[in-house]
Amino acid sequence: MKFGVLINEGPYQHQASDSAYKFIEAAIEEGHEIYRVFFYHDGVNNGTRLATPPQDDRHIPNRWSELAEKHDLDLVLCVAAAQRRGMVDEGEMERNKKDANNIADKFRISGLGQLIEAGIQADRMITFGD
Amino acid sequence: MEEQELESGKIRKFIYVNRKAPHGTIYAHEALEVVLIAAAFEQDVSLAFIDDGVYQLKKGQNTDGIATKNFSKTFGALDMYDVEKLYVEKESLDARGLSEEDLSVDVEILPALDLKKLFNESEVFFNF
Amino acid sequence: MLHTINKSPFEKDSLSTCLRYADKGASVLFIEDAVYACTKGTQFEKAIHDNHGDIKFYVLGPDLEARGLDNSNLTTNIEIVDYKGFVKLVADNEKTQNWL
Repeated sequence: MKFGVLINEGPYQHQASDSAYKFIEAAIEEGHEIYRVFFYHDGVNNGTRLATPPQDDRHIPNRWSELAEKHDLDLVLCVAAAQRRGMVDEGEMERNKKDANNIADKFRISGLGQLIEAGIQADRMITFGD
Repeated sequence: MEEQELESGKIRKFIYVNRKAPHGTIYAHEALEVVLIAAAFEQDVSLAFIDDGVYQLKKGQNTDGIATKNFSKTFGALDMYDVEKLYVEKESLDARGLSEEDLSVDVEILPALDLKKLFNESEVFFNF
Repeated sequence: MLHTINKSPFEKDSLSTCLRYADKGASVLFIEDAVYACTKGTQFEKAIHDNHGDIKFYVLGPDLEARGLDNSNLTTNIEIVDYKGFVKLVADNEKTQNWL
C-alpha cells in the first residue's frame, strides 16, 4: 500500500517529526511503500543540514537523510513555507540571491502541488502535527 | 505512469478541516494557501470549520495593529477559485456565541451529525 | 475510519470533537500526549466507556511507556498497539482523520 505522510512541525520542538519517523520506519518494515513525505509549516525545518544537536541526542535531520538514502524516500519541503523560514537549496539560493544554502542531503524543495499529488496518488494520507 | 493517471483526470474528494483560530499561529493562514493551490488541481474540494476554526471566518478582522497579513479577506475570493463548499459546524458556533451574521462569507451551517455524513463521503483529509 | 488524537484532553478538547464524528465501527488511536486520555480516574473515562462497543479505542504503547504509564494505569477497553499496529490501523481503515 502507498502511504503519503505530511509533517507539520519542526524537529525537537514537537514530537510530530519523531512520531512520523517511527511510523514510516514501521510502514517500510511491513512492506508498504512511502509515496512521499511532505514537510509543511515549521516542518520544513526538519531539512536543515546545519543542526548540531548534543551528541547524546538523536540527529533528526540526519536521520531523515539516512532513511531516505536507504529506502529512496522522496522528502519534499514546501517552497512557500521554506522561503518564509529560510530553508534554502541551491536553486532557491540563486533565485533569491542568498549567500548560502542549508538543505540537508536527500531533501528537495518543491511546491504545494506535491502535497495535493500525494493526496491523489497515495492510498493513505496521514498527518503528524501539533 | 503516475503522471498519466493525473492527466487521465483522477478526481478525489478532498476535505480541509480547519480547527485553529487565526493569527495566534500560522496554521490557518498556511492552510488557506494549500486550498488555493489545490483549486488548480481540479479536485473536489470542501472546507470544514470546526472548534476554534470558526473564528477564521469572523467578519471585520483588521490586522493593521499586529502587523500580520489579513488573510481572512481571501475567504471571500475562494469562489473565484471554484472553491464553493464551505461548511461550518453549528455546535462550534453556538459554543462561541456566534451566528451566521458574524461570518464574513456565505457558508452552509451544519450540525455535526450532517457534517459527519460529508466526512464519510470524503476521500482525502487534511487537518489543520 | 481511523481517528488519531495527539493532545492531552486537559489541553484541548480534540477527544470530544472526535467523538462527535466517530461513527459506529470507527477506531480511535491515542498517540503522543493524548495517551493521558486513557488513564484511570480522569474526567474522560466516562466518554470512553459510553462509546465503547461502537468505537474501538487504541493507545500507542511506546508513547505510554515514555510517560511512565503501562497497562495497569489504563482504564478498561483500551488496546495497546506498537508502531506496526499503528501502521496496520492506517492500512485497515480506508481513511484517517488526524485531529490535531
